[in-house]
Order: sequence, then C-alpha cells, then structure tokens
Amino acid sequence: MTLLLASFAPPYWLSTLIKVLVVSAVVPTTALILGMVFLFKIMSWMQSRLGPQEAGPRGTLQLLADGVKFLQKEDIAPNGADLWVFKVAPLVVLMSTLLLYVALPASMHLVVADLDVGVFFVLAISSLSVIGVLMAGWSSASKYSLMGALRAAGQLIAYELPMVLAVIGVVIQAGTMSLNGIVVAQNESAIFGWSGIGYPYILTQFLGFFIFIAAVQAELTQPPFDMPVAESEIVSGYQVEYTGFRFLIFFLAEFATAFAFAAIAAVLFLGGWAVPWLPVSSDWYYVLGPIVLFAKVMIVAFIIFWVRFTYPRFREDQLQSLAWKVLIPLALVNIVVTAVLKVVL
Amino acid sequence: MTAISDPQSVAALAAEAVDNRVNLDFETEGMTLNMGPQHPATHGTLRIIARLDGEQVISAEPMCGYMHRGYEKLTEVRTYPQINALINRIDWLGSFANEVPFILAAEKLMGVEAPPRAQWIRTILFEMSRIANISLFLGDFGLQLGGMTAGFYAFRDREWVLNQIESATGGRFHPNFDRIGGLKDDLPKGWIESSHTAMDKLLAFCDELEDLLVGNEIFQARTRGIGVIPAEIALSYGLSGANLRASGVDWDLRRDNCPPGLVYDKADWKVWTHPDGDCFARTWVRLQETREAAKIVKQLLDTIPSGPVMAKVPRIIKVPEGEAYVATENPLGEMGYYVVSKGDLVPFRVKIRSASFNNISIVPWVARGAYVPDLISILGSLYFILGDIDR
Repeated sequence: MTLLLASFAPPYWLSTLIKVLVVSAVVPTTALILGMVFLFKIMSWMQSRLGPQEAGPRGTLQLLADGVKFLQKEDIAPNGADLWVFKVAPLVVLMSTLLLYVALPASMHLVVADLDVGVFFVLAISSLSVIGVLMAGWSSASKYSLMGALRAAGQLIAYELPMVLAVIGVVIQAGTMSLNGIVVAQNESAIFGWSGIGYPYILTQFLGFFIFIAAVQAELTQPPFDMPVAESEIVSGYQVEYTGFRFLIFFLAEFATAFAFAAIAAVLFLGGWAVPWLPVSSDWYYVLGPIVLFAKVMIVAFIIFWVRFTYPRFREDQLQSLAWKVLIPLALVNIVVTAVLKVVL
Repeated sequence: MTAISDPQSVAALAAEAVDNRVNLDFETEGMTLNMGPQHPATHGTLRIIARLDGEQVISAEPMCGYMHRGYEKLTEVRTYPQINALINRIDWLGSFANEVPFILAAEKLMGVEAPPRAQWIRTILFEMSRIANISLFLGDFGLQLGGMTAGFYAFRDREWVLNQIESATGGRFHPNFDRIGGLKDDLPKGWIESSHTAMDKLLAFCDELEDLLVGNEIFQARTRGIGVIPAEIALSYGLSGANLRASGVDWDLRRDNCPPGLVYDKADWKVWTHPDGDCFARTWVRLQETREAAKIVKQLLDTIPSGPVMAKVPRIIKVPEGEAYVATENPLGEMGYYVVSKGDLVPFRVKIRSASFNNISIVPWVARGAYVPDLISILGSLYFILGDIDR
C-alpha cells in the first residue's frame, strides 16, 4: 500500500482537481470542528453551562443545523450598499483563508504546494483578509460597519509586524523558510545529543511562541483584541449588515483561519506533523501525519480559545501601544539573541 | 464633603474640565452615531446620540422615554396594595427594594409600624435584592468590556439569591411581598439556614469575580482613569448610590437617614468609598457593597426576633390626608416616593424619585472627550436600569 501511494503520480489536471476538492472540503470541516469543540462545548464548560444538547448526539450536530439555517435565510443587502463590493467582500475573506491551506503541510507529501518560502507565503496571504473586511465595512453603508472595518485596518498595522518578527527566530534556527523544512529540522535535531523528543522550537522560542499567539488573537479578531467586531460597542462591526449565506462565509473563514493559524503555530513551534521517534521519511506519515498535526492543532487552539473566553477587550490604542512598545521590542530582542546563539553555538 | 454652593462656579469648573478632554487640534469631519434604542450596551432602550470625531466623542446626549410606562399616573387610579404590584417593575433586578420605600411612606401617613420580625425580614429581603441586582451588574460589566465568562458566572451565582427570594415570597423577580403594616407571610421552614448557605456562595462568587475580572490587567486598563467624576460634579448632578460613593462622598441613606421600619443599625457594617471616581472605582465600590450586603444579611439572620409579621391594619386601606416622602438606599442609588393622599383609597399623586434617571444625567458631561470604547465603560459603570430611568 505504501508503495502504491509513493508511486502515485496522477496527471496534472487530476492532481489539481484533487487538491481543489481537498482544500474546499478541509476548510469547512476544520471550521466545523473548531466551532463545535471550542465555541460550543469547551466554552460552555468554561462558563458552567451545558451548551447545545438537542441536535445530534449530545448536540454535536448543532453547528451543522445552524449552517443549514443560515443557508435558508434571505440574502439581504441594505439600502445604499455598494452592492457589488458588498457581495464580493465575504468571498475575499474566504479566499485568503483558502490560500492559507495551500501551504500547510499535513505530512511530507500531503501538501498542496510545498513552497520554499512557505512561512513568508502564509504570513503574507493571511493579511489579505483585511481587504475583504475593509470592503465589507465600507460597502455596508453603516457607521458601525465602517468603524469596525477601520479598526480592523488599524489593527493590522499593530499585529502584523510582531507576528512576522516572532517567526523570524524560528526561521533563523531552522535555516529554512519552507514549512516542511522547519518540521524536518525540528524532528531530526537533538537537544545536547539527546533526540528523545526531537527539538521542538517552543523550547527555545517560547518568547516567539507567546508573541505569535498574541498576534494570532489579533489576526483572528478574538478577545482580547476583538475591537473590529466588538459586540457591545459597535455591534459586531463589519459583519453587522450581513445575513444568511454571506454571514456564514465570514463565520467559516474566521474559524478555518483559527485552525490554520493553530496549525502554523504547531508547525513552527511544536514540530508539526512529525513525531521524533519515527523518521520523517517514513511512509507511515501518510496516515499518521494528519493525525499528529490535528492533535497539536487542538492543543494550540485550546490556548487560543481559552484566552478568548477569559479576557476582556483592549481598547484600540492600547493594542497599538502593546504591539509597538512591548511585542515588537521583545521580538527584536528574540531575533538578536537567536541570531547570536546560532552563530556562537 | 459638601457641594460647592454657587452653581455657576460648578458649571464653569465642569465646562473647563470637559473642554480639556476634547482634542480640537486635529478636527476631522464629524459623524453622528446613533447608539440605541436597540444596542447591546444600553441593556434596554436607552438611546445615545453621540457626535464623534474619529473615535472620540465630542458630545453624547442620552434620550430616554422609549420605555416610559406612565407609572406615576397609573398609581393615581390604583389602590395602595395594587400599586405595590406595579412598582415592582421599576428596577426589575432588585424588585423588593422598590416596594419598601413606598410601603414605608404609606405607613408613615397611616401612622402604623410593622412588628419587629417584619422589619428584620424586610431588611434581609431588601439586602438580598441588592445582591441580586449588583451581582448581575458585576458580571454584566465584564460582558460589556468583552469578557463573556464573568456574565455567566454572575447569572449562575445570582440564582442562589433568587432562589431564596422565591422560596420566601413566591416570586423570583417580582415578589410583591411587602404590605402596609408588615409582610404577606412569615418565612418558610429552614429558610434561615439555606440563606446562610446562599450568602456564603455569594461571598465566594465575589472573591472569584475579583480574581477573574476586577483584578484583570486588561479590565483595569479599560476602567482606571476612565470617566472620572469629581465629587463636586457628582453632587451637583444629583448622583446617588455607589456612583456617588465611588467619587469619594461618604453618603449612604442606610446609615445616614434610615427611615423607621428598616433595621440597619442592628448590624455591623461599613460604607465603602473610593477616592478615584473612575469606572474602576464604581465597580470596586459595588463589589464591596455586595460583600457588605451579604454580611448584613448573615448578621440579621442570626438576630431575627420572633413574633407576628403583620400589624393590625384595616382590611380596606384608606390612607389619611397628608404628604410623605420616604427615600431608601436602593441598589442603584436613592429611591424615594413622594406620596400625596387626600384620604381616598387611591393616592392623589405619587412622585417617584428613581436613581438611574439622575445617574445618567451626567452622561453628556462625563462622556465628552472619551473614546467610543470608553463610552461603553462609562455607561456600564454608571449602571442604570431602563425601567428605573423611564418608569
């Protein structure tokens, strides 16, 4: 069986079709899983309530039921909306999410495009969603939407730089920008000659991990950085005028992006799809890789959502001062220390 | 502390302080943002017309009346026992506290006094409704600042108090339990013990909330130094309750001017004040007040006397001619009823002085120059109930 998979070389059109189908199936699935597990079950557990109980066994199909409900709703556009932009905006947001999944490796060969600059690609692509958010906010012809969109744009400036700088430490240590290369580098190396757990970069780059997770919270517009969608201030911000199908797309994109960023964090800091006691060239990773990655993603996602359910919201200017006065200097220190140690050791 | 006697100098002081907060060096084209009547932060139907310069509030004007139910007029065509059911709905989170000042005013006109046991139970229930009210505020304020979990914890632990109120009165939200000359019923069996348990749970909730929310750095960053109300300004706007005490004014009607019929002097408790006058101070004072209320309840439960719960009053209540104003320290602040009777079955006129109406009158002053997120902090920490504003 392993021989069959390894020698499977389909024609270009077929491989492209498979990749498109896989990505478009994986994205809603991940969103469903995160939404179900964290938004419904873990959140209600943390808040001492039951959560959904009726749809499916112990309420597991609630999100599916909600999705079907959204699909049945009328597609309403407000009077005075810039109709074309209004309708395209959710798709732009979703597009940036879909493109994120292109570079995510689930094992050495289970990756849509194994890019040499994978880290650069995912960080660049993820910022594209702000364009969609700005389009949504501007075209909705609502003041709340506009304020939310402008807050999102202002937030981008604050979190994008610390996020990129936090990742540079990992790139220096691994010596490559390829996501697969980083996974291999973590699992093939050893700590002081002991290769029992490989060398997950969270051990040395814990500062980078912390900054990365903080920036991910801002990227995902989650508390404590959920100013663009602050419900109690600007009533869900840029999403306020969207109904039914288009709102569902925003929702899908939000949770699929959360999954993608948890996966990126798992790849960069936790060793990705590999386990250290099995060589990365093993064929077992065709099956094991996605499972290992999924397990690590759930751990990172738990941290992300734990913070989301616990903390109150910052003010916009407080995020700016946090990013520019705390996170960026810390990230720069991290880079310098990493670079020096890399050269010295 | 006393108010500056000259209103003009207060006005000048206030205007200067407000102008200093607005940054006029970089004025862009303004935007008028209509918050409400349907808006999550107004928890009800308050409308705030905010003129914005970017995210800065240039002026904010509260518009109330969307929930006006005409209670003052309705009281003129209802007998006294019927009014009691009506005024439960003014501040719907601490309903029993609404009944007490009205009943006390009627008792004052009739010249009757409730037996000691009724006075004790009245005070206990009064403090319980204060806890039911303010514990929800503590969670809800977290909710407005984006911390969802605190809100659910508040709803969870508030149940303990509501269960006690329900088992004593039969009504969770609207007890309608107070009567002229006493109470409707005596306490059920085992209520005192279960109330002790409930108060312990509430004290534990206060500690938990202090850990989760009030001690949180983000919460403090969002509330400290935001919406500062100096003591003179607070007094000149007629603020009362925790909003006033948070500005450093040591004023509590329970201690300073307790009407006969409530037995606060029988318990050992403390009035908390805070010198800062900002959103954090208001939250902190309310947190301490919840603890004090639980302590009052626990002390009064131990010293509750035996005896009847109803004085001798005629079956058909006719209040003799006269006027009376009785105010008590309700969860939201000073709540008073000015009752004018002409000797009929119904009052001739009732003026309701509710705390929230005065408390939100300071919004235009305090919100000017704040940012939109701070406006939410200010509105949340001033803590109004829409039924208490509009009546």
